[in-house]
Amino acid sequence: MFAACADPKAIEGLTWATCYLTSGKHLDFYGSFITVLLLLAITAPVAMALGFGGAMAARSQITPLRWFGKAYSAMVRGVPDIVYFLFFVIALDQGIEYLNFLRVCPDTSLPVFRGMEFHVCPEAKVPLSTAAPFVFQAYNFGIAVITFAIVFGAFVANVIYGAMQAVPRAQLETAEAYGMSQGQVFRRVLVPQMWTYALPGLTNLWMILIKATPLLFLLSVKDIVYYARELGGTKTQAYDYPHPDWRLYYFLGLLVFYLLMTKLSEIVLSRIANRLSKGQATAAGEAMRKATI
Amino acid sequence: MSCWETFTDYALRSIGIGAKLLPKADFTLCQQFTLIGSGLIWNVYFGAMALLFGFFLANALALARIAHSPWVRKPAEWFVFVFRGSPLFIQFFLAYEMLVMLPRTGIEIFGMTLTSSWLTKAWAGALIVLFLNTAAYSAEIFYGALRSIPKGDLEAAEAYGITGWNKFRRIQWPTMLRLAWPSYTNEAIFLFQSTTLVFFSGFPALSQRGDALYYANYFADKTFNPFIPYPIVAMYFVLLTLGVIWLFGRLNRHLNRHLPQNIRSRIRLRPQLIR
Repeated sequence: MFAACADPKAIEGLTWATCYLTSGKHLDFYGSFITVLLLLAITAPVAMALGFGGAMAARSQITPLRWFGKAYSAMVRGVPDIVYFLFFVIALDQGIEYLNFLRVCPDTSLPVFRGMEFHVCPEAKVPLSTAAPFVFQAYNFGIAVITFAIVFGAFVANVIYGAMQAVPRAQLETAEAYGMSQGQVFRRVLVPQMWTYALPGLTNLWMILIKATPLLFLLSVKDIVYYARELGGTKTQAYDYPHPDWRLYYFLGLLVFYLLMTKLSEIVLSRIANRLSKGQATAAGEAMRKATI
Repeated sequence: MSCWETFTDYALRSIGIGAKLLPKADFTLCQQFTLIGSGLIWNVYFGAMALLFGFFLANALALARIAHSPWVRKPAEWFVFVFRGSPLFIQFFLAYEMLVMLPRTGIEIFGMTLTSSWLTKAWAGALIVLFLNTAAYSAEIFYGALRSIPKGDLEAAEAYGITGWNKFRRIQWPTMLRLAWPSYTNEAIFLFQSTTLVFFSGFPALSQRGDALYYANYFADKTFNPFIPYPIVAMYFVLLTLGVIWLFGRLNRHLNRHLPQNIRSRIRLRPQLIR
């Protein structure tokens, strides 16, 4: 990157450290932090939407829809989430390729599960084997985002369903007494009041989501764990910047990154909690009202 | 090969008893059930041992957290923050790298040589991480419970002249345990679930002796069919969870036995606590 870095073997000390930390691979490493933040930024709203839909389905009057909603939110109980991560990645990939197989393959008479392989014709592979490496990375990342969103959507559905049940019945009955329709009660009374009950659970889920991001590594995305292992491993003289096994320090760096993320989230979320408690008929809201008198 | 033969070959495969080689082709359902079930031994081992040891450390940490002296309180707060604020996955990697860096030949203390290579094996190294991790999470639960002991109980104890260690042993600690138990049950369940991370995070599975998810992943990789092994793991874990709920429910009944039936606290599974 810098002119002084042209011959890494000749430089020493601070210059060496600067050059080492700005090498191409290191820039990729810093980029992978963006990957993690991007995952958080996409997954959180999508999981919220899925969870909200799941909770609405679980409260639905239509029986099959209600079963679906309950099954979705019950899915996460008792089974480790990493099982879902490993499962959905293959299942989604095969599902997409199977649909593509029905669409583009010339001969669809053979079954896709043959012996010990999952067979589709080369044209149905997603992404195509001729695609650029970037496409593979983007595809893996997309699959990972969908997987995270499905699993965390189920957690969110659980929390929001509980929060909707926690809104005092009297509030809804009052709204009905004023002549609001079911939809109006839902939009104007239930949803605005629900958030204060949902927030502790959602806060917890956000923390869990942050701490689940290293699992990207298992979903074959080149994330921070991947680069920490790559860059930290022993580099012999064949490399530009030889060094012994430094993985420990790289992982310490990741640990600090996650601790900072947690601390920052705690501060921001406690502010949001204060904002939401304002004027609510809860203990926190009551305490705030008393404080102002 | 009949299912019974498969069972005798692979039921204890995960701890090194039985057939040496894993099945390579023509996987049967029986093989998948047996091997994945065999892997579950490790999950139970990690979970049970970490809970057992972690319980004691968690009590000590919770007490340190309510101590007045900052010399005692601060380190405990930091310990809990570090282990609760970072992903278990990273903790496993970090611990493995640390343990690998210990000298191969062993450490000389007072003329004795302590070997350290066993620490890099999953049975010890991963157990230490899980132990510290569950201790931090449980300490937070116990700390919360200690703080929510009814004031009246403590005043009543003092009125009867029960103070100091006696007050702690006979009033505070049992009440804390009783209040914390439902949350502690959740923690136990999620500890068992997080044991599945062990063999995906640096710790090698020596001669393919892994846990339930390790074998499920093996089958999914070999057959390209995730629809059989992963549901099997899921089923085993649901059974394990039910077992944990049953055991902790029994203990909960014991802790609450002096209370009238209608105000006993129930254990509810809340899936909000994974790391």
